[in-house]
Amino acid sequence: MNLALTDPQAQARAEFAAFAAEHVAPLADAIDREERVPRSLIARLARAGYLASGLPSELGGGNADPVIHGLMHEVLGAASASVQGLVNVHHMAASSLIRWGTAAQKLRWLPRFASGELLAAFALTEPDVGSDGQVATRAVRAGDHDRLTGTKRWITGGALADVFVVFARGGDGPAAFIVPAETPGLTRTPIPGLLGCRGYMLASLQLDDCRIPVEDRIGAEGFGLSHVLATGLDHGRHNLAWSCVGQAQACLDASLRYADQRTQFGAPIASFQLIQRLLTQMIVGVHGARLLCWRAAQARSDRLPNALYETLIAKYHASTMLNDVADHALQIHGANGCGSDYPIQRYLRDARIMEIIEGSTQMLEIMIARLGATELVAPPAPRATGARTR
Amino acid sequence: MTQLSVKDAIKAFLHLHIRGVQVRDADDIFVMGLVSSLFAMQLVEFTETRFGIEIGPDDLLLDNFRSVNALSALVGRKTSAEGA
Repeated sequence: MNLALTDPQAQARAEFAAFAAEHVAPLADAIDREERVPRSLIARLARAGYLASGLPSELGGGNADPVIHGLMHEVLGAASASVQGLVNVHHMAASSLIRWGTAAQKLRWLPRFASGELLAAFALTEPDVGSDGQVATRAVRAGDHDRLTGTKRWITGGALADVFVVFARGGDGPAAFIVPAETPGLTRTPIPGLLGCRGYMLASLQLDDCRIPVEDRIGAEGFGLSHVLATGLDHGRHNLAWSCVGQAQACLDASLRYADQRTQFGAPIASFQLIQRLLTQMIVGVHGARLLCWRAAQARSDRLPNALYETLIAKYHASTMLNDVADHALQIHGANGCGSDYPIQRYLRDARIMEIIEGSTQMLEIMIARLGATELVAPPAPRATGARTR
Repeated sequence: MTQLSVKDAIKAFLHLHIRGVQVRDADDIFVMGLVSSLFAMQLVEFTETRFGIEIGPDDLLLDNFRSVNALSALVGRKTSAEGA
């Protein structure tokens, strides 16, 4: 067992950090305030290979190592949870296509996803459909097309994306479709005023008899949720777990700096034991969640049967840890943390979103408990000889 | 790998997930309610990694996954096709 980044991983992390410090972090407050990520930043991310991360190298992708891909999301999350979120949904849409697209679909779409020519998003949620995924949007076959009608809501990147992976219910069950934003009948309405991650550029999508060629359906009808959606959500949870670690690290770094500089009762508040307790809880929380992310990424790299389970655990722990850490950061910063001179209030608002998306905390608790009860994820321990009593 | 050992491997994997339920080769595991949405993808991953095959969009048919017999037949077809 060697719990450390390899040299290439550490080097990649340093490069991500340098990029984010120069190009992303300086914009984070403005992105939050103006509720939009500049298209120029998306273009810069694309040129630097961020949109291509995790995509097949033969189609223009990079960062095949899930650890390096995760490190990228960690660094982006630390710089701006909003920017990370837009990149995340792009990667979620791409992952569904990578896993379940035909060779022709991959060839047609993925190079354009990788280059950033097309920014993708993931359209599942509807006004009355959340965790249960039982989409009401209908897909009606008409010759060599499917006609999609319905409403999507809370779609991250919805106001900005060029193409969506849309989930709809067809005659033989749920299915996923590649839907360009300019498809006739598709209109989008931005949703402003979000609590946190205000640069997510959320939108409602209205699909009114949108004609989608059959060749743009991903996988077979009936498998849209169990396989195509499941793949995207699994990747999204992995990316978000890392992002939460990054966001928590940002809270911790800010708090360590502040506690050193802020003087009360004639001493830096870092010298007070109750502040030290808060800082210790933050440090240990970040440390533990980061290790869970490493473990999940390694399981994915090794294609272990427990990779999905490890990813659920990482996302669950990292997102709940983050909310504790952000809360501590605000407590340490006091009134300054509530004001606009410090990013703490943004961190706290962004953190709250992390427990809702890509599986709410409560949904993850159901899934982790169910999977944890199977021997699939935890091979039984060697049986002790002799009867056990309790 | 013989068909028998493929079936044994599939059943061993199923039993890790569905402890306490005896599955016969022809039982429809979907009708029996044994396949959750979480398990569906794990079944695909297992089949790919255990038998060294790739399952693609053309294989996404319930008839390929609904029983030990069906999955074993899919593995057999993919193995002979990819080994040809």
